[in-house]
Amino acid sequence: MQHIIVVGNGMVGYKFCEKFVEKAESKDFKITVFGEEPRPAYDRVHLSEFFENQDAKALEMAPAQWYADNSIDLITGERVADINRTSKTIKTAKDREFSYDHLVLATGSSPFVPPIKGVEKEGVFVYRTIEDLEGMLAYAAKLKAKKPGARAAVLGGGLLGLEAGKAVMDMGLEPHIVEFAPKLMPRQLDSRSSQVLQLKLESIGLNIHLSKATNQILGNGAITGMEFGEDDVLDVDMLVVSAGIRPRDELGKACGLDVGVRGGIVVDNKMQTSDNSIYAIGEIALYNQMIYGLVAPGYDMAAVAVDQIIGKTETLMPADIDMSTKLKLIGVDVASFGEPFMPASKGHSIIFENKTQHLYKRINVSLDGKSLLGGILVGDAADYNMLHQVYLNGMAIPEDPSQLILPASEGGSSFGSVLDLPDTAQVCSCESVSKGDICCSITDGDCNDFGDVVAKTKATSGCGGCKPMVTDLVNETLKSLGKEVKETICEHFNFSRQELYDLIKINKVPNYQEALNLFGEGHGCETCKPLLASIFATITMETPNRQPDIQDTNDRFLANIQRNGTYSVVPRVAGGEITPDQLIVIGEVAKKYDLYTKITGGQRIDLFGAQIHELPMIWKELIDAGFESGHAYGKSLRTVKSCVGSTWCRYGMHESVTFAIDIENRYRGLRSPHKLKGGVSGCIRECAEARGKDFGLIAVDGGWNLYVCGNGGATPKHAVLLAEQLDDETVVKYLDRFLMFYIRTAGPLVRTAPWLDKLEGGIDYLKQVVIEDSLGIAEDLEQEMQGLVNRYECEWKQAIENPEMMKRFKHFVNSDDTDDNLVFVPMREQKMPKQWA
Amino acid sequence: MQDILSQYESVAVDAVKEWFRVGETSDFPENSGACIKHKTKQIAVYNFARTGKWYATQNLCPHKMEMVLSLGMIGDKDNIPKVACPMHKKNFSLEDGSSLGGEDLKIATYPVKIENGNVYIGFSD
Repeated sequence: MQHIIVVGNGMVGYKFCEKFVEKAESKDFKITVFGEEPRPAYDRVHLSEFFENQDAKALEMAPAQWYADNSIDLITGERVADINRTSKTIKTAKDREFSYDHLVLATGSSPFVPPIKGVEKEGVFVYRTIEDLEGMLAYAAKLKAKKPGARAAVLGGGLLGLEAGKAVMDMGLEPHIVEFAPKLMPRQLDSRSSQVLQLKLESIGLNIHLSKATNQILGNGAITGMEFGEDDVLDVDMLVVSAGIRPRDELGKACGLDVGVRGGIVVDNKMQTSDNSIYAIGEIALYNQMIYGLVAPGYDMAAVAVDQIIGKTETLMPADIDMSTKLKLIGVDVASFGEPFMPASKGHSIIFENKTQHLYKRINVSLDGKSLLGGILVGDAADYNMLHQVYLNGMAIPEDPSQLILPASEGGSSFGSVLDLPDTAQVCSCESVSKGDICCSITDGDCNDFGDVVAKTKATSGCGGCKPMVTDLVNETLKSLGKEVKETICEHFNFSRQELYDLIKINKVPNYQEALNLFGEGHGCETCKPLLASIFATITMETPNRQPDIQDTNDRFLANIQRNGTYSVVPRVAGGEITPDQLIVIGEVAKKYDLYTKITGGQRIDLFGAQIHELPMIWKELIDAGFESGHAYGKSLRTVKSCVGSTWCRYGMHESVTFAIDIENRYRGLRSPHKLKGGVSGCIRECAEARGKDFGLIAVDGGWNLYVCGNGGATPKHAVLLAEQLDDETVVKYLDRFLMFYIRTAGPLVRTAPWLDKLEGGIDYLKQVVIEDSLGIAEDLEQEMQGLVNRYECEWKQAIENPEMMKRFKHFVNSDDTDDNLVFVPMREQKMPKQWA
Repeated sequence: MQDILSQYESVAVDAVKEWFRVGETSDFPENSGACIKHKTKQIAVYNFARTGKWYATQNLCPHKMEMVLSLGMIGDKDNIPKVACPMHKKNFSLEDGSSLGGEDLKIATYPVKIENGNVYIGFSD
């Protein structure tokens, strides 16, 4: 049995192992992997996600158990210190010796720290490992405690630097980006697209300093600033250096392998170094005089090395490596492909720019106008997958190439169908999966849906960027075989949400268990139970008290479960209007039960830290004072936010508060496929941010303008105009129709904006249905909504008046004790749950 | 926090030293979980009314160390009875406590006995 030693347990080192154990030949080999970090390989590409959840496990490529299950010896926390090529052995920093038949170097790179005076000061970090991030987090927490408004700078405005900028922004520090070049992302973007990106980033709070060469880091012990020129100083309290990478080639250098002038171990197209028992892959390999800092070429190198070692020597690394990339930087799409910068002598560029919307698109076409050579997209990269495929496969382009990037309303048209791609087109570059692989897995009968295809081909399991394309391919292929493409909700119900809605309504199904008997199988799950609960509620307006066992935990306890298993309480404050007496009641309740209080984004007050058994007592007091449930826990109407309007504001056109209260009270308690938010603004200054809501009204001369299908959240979207200058009554009529149509037809957990995106015919079709009643269902929709409005009752009042319903608000069945596992710590004169261990 | 976790270890039926009565079957909601206390332990008890089967596990979700599993929704995945943690929807098998999402997480399981309308959980300590 031959022994392979892999030095380095990063993404590429892991990929080598994964690809190796899939081979039948792997049984003749034994693999030992060394990693110097304390944990198994993790996904560095998504490192900034660590800030959101602090969950190192979620980033793992595979748990430690995976290595054991595949008989791979994983040795973490032990660095390989020396290679002896003559005896074919390695020695670790702990002085242990191992012999190898094949050695794979995958040590990757380390951040390059320029030799600036003072760079060793406290508060200066690099951005590469989870440990780096933990160091930054701890330092940032210390800073914030000492000084409000602390600032952090990132040295380097490249791809990683901007990621680091987001990271420090998420830590609550004022972010500054310092770049030596006169533009951001100098390697990927031309100067115009770079300006568009800069405008966008500045609009979300990043401070950007270009053409700055740092002379020295200031501060006595800890960093206090950066000095660029004599009178040019930036005060900062922390610095993250992201000035490029250097291959970690020390091991190879020391044992005499050929290395490049500026580092990197020279390899040929077999990934072999100058010693043919030693391979180098990933960011340490110098191939074609280049270091490739992307994960996809690294994975390809791993696959080549695997085949070479098991004797499939015909697998070689291609000479041209595609460096196209698409990413989301701080919520901004940025993509470049092929030849992004092209001299005018080689072809023509077509550029579409809209600085007000932070949009930039450039494509480069050949002089004869027949082929696409490359391009850049900033702000909207929805076309990237298709353009990239057109480029890679040399597909024909329209006579007027501007159609490829112009918005549809400007004469552009969506170009081509995924099925037009040649079979060889590589759809998933992380896992090297071609269109042919995906389609054949279905036509051969191996796979029947998206999940099967992912399981078989691994497509989409890398960066996930190809998911929309794979979904389209799967659906189109299934359709071409005459198979029905179904969006079934889970393994228990072979129906879509809309089908189930109709089945339950028409058959007057009384409850979930009966629905399972009639149309489902098994016991159900956390997907179908709340989904059916929502359907029952939108047919009969039943509250969660009727079938508590199928509610999501929040609905079951009519409160929002928080980090430590306690709950928060939000009474309805319609339109955000509240009297001093009501404020006093809320304050007194919060004091009595020692609750943390905060004003919410929806103009109401949230009380945190209530235990399960306290909820009924708290609600009893609130209800006695005239409050009712705010449904903050439900997939339901949340709030209708308002500005003060013509009642007080000197600019107000109509009474926005009054109308917001009326609308909120009309739709309170309404369950829907996802949460619903509304807003009413008294004039076009739009202080209620109504266009960021699922439905919004803005007062204009002659009535209200009605906007629909907007939201904030992860993918912000402005609501679009449905109708203009409406009177109050027509607004309510259109809202009834719109909301009911959405509730009937949307998929589970689909908010109004993505629902509209998917709606064939888009906003024009929606206008026809809602305004012109093209489907002849308008009256139906209105009556249905009126029925729900009439049947509303406060579910908290219902619950506390019913002893049977009250039974579930208890921590233990067999004891009156409360949860003794809760620990709170003080924070700014209130309290918070103790951080997770 | 680890010491809280360490007191939970799966108990096999033949290792039971004490069958601890935790209430009548009607005290436990159908097709849901509920929590009981035994000395310092919090145990989640699940009542699968469709098949009359009962399961018990630790109440502590090992992912973020919260006492919440009894509040999670129950159901099945590929015919394996399971609970979904209410916090981040981590799925655990109620048969052997293993993670059904491929994570390196496991919960302790305890045997349940129903006799004359009473519910008993088996402990080995």
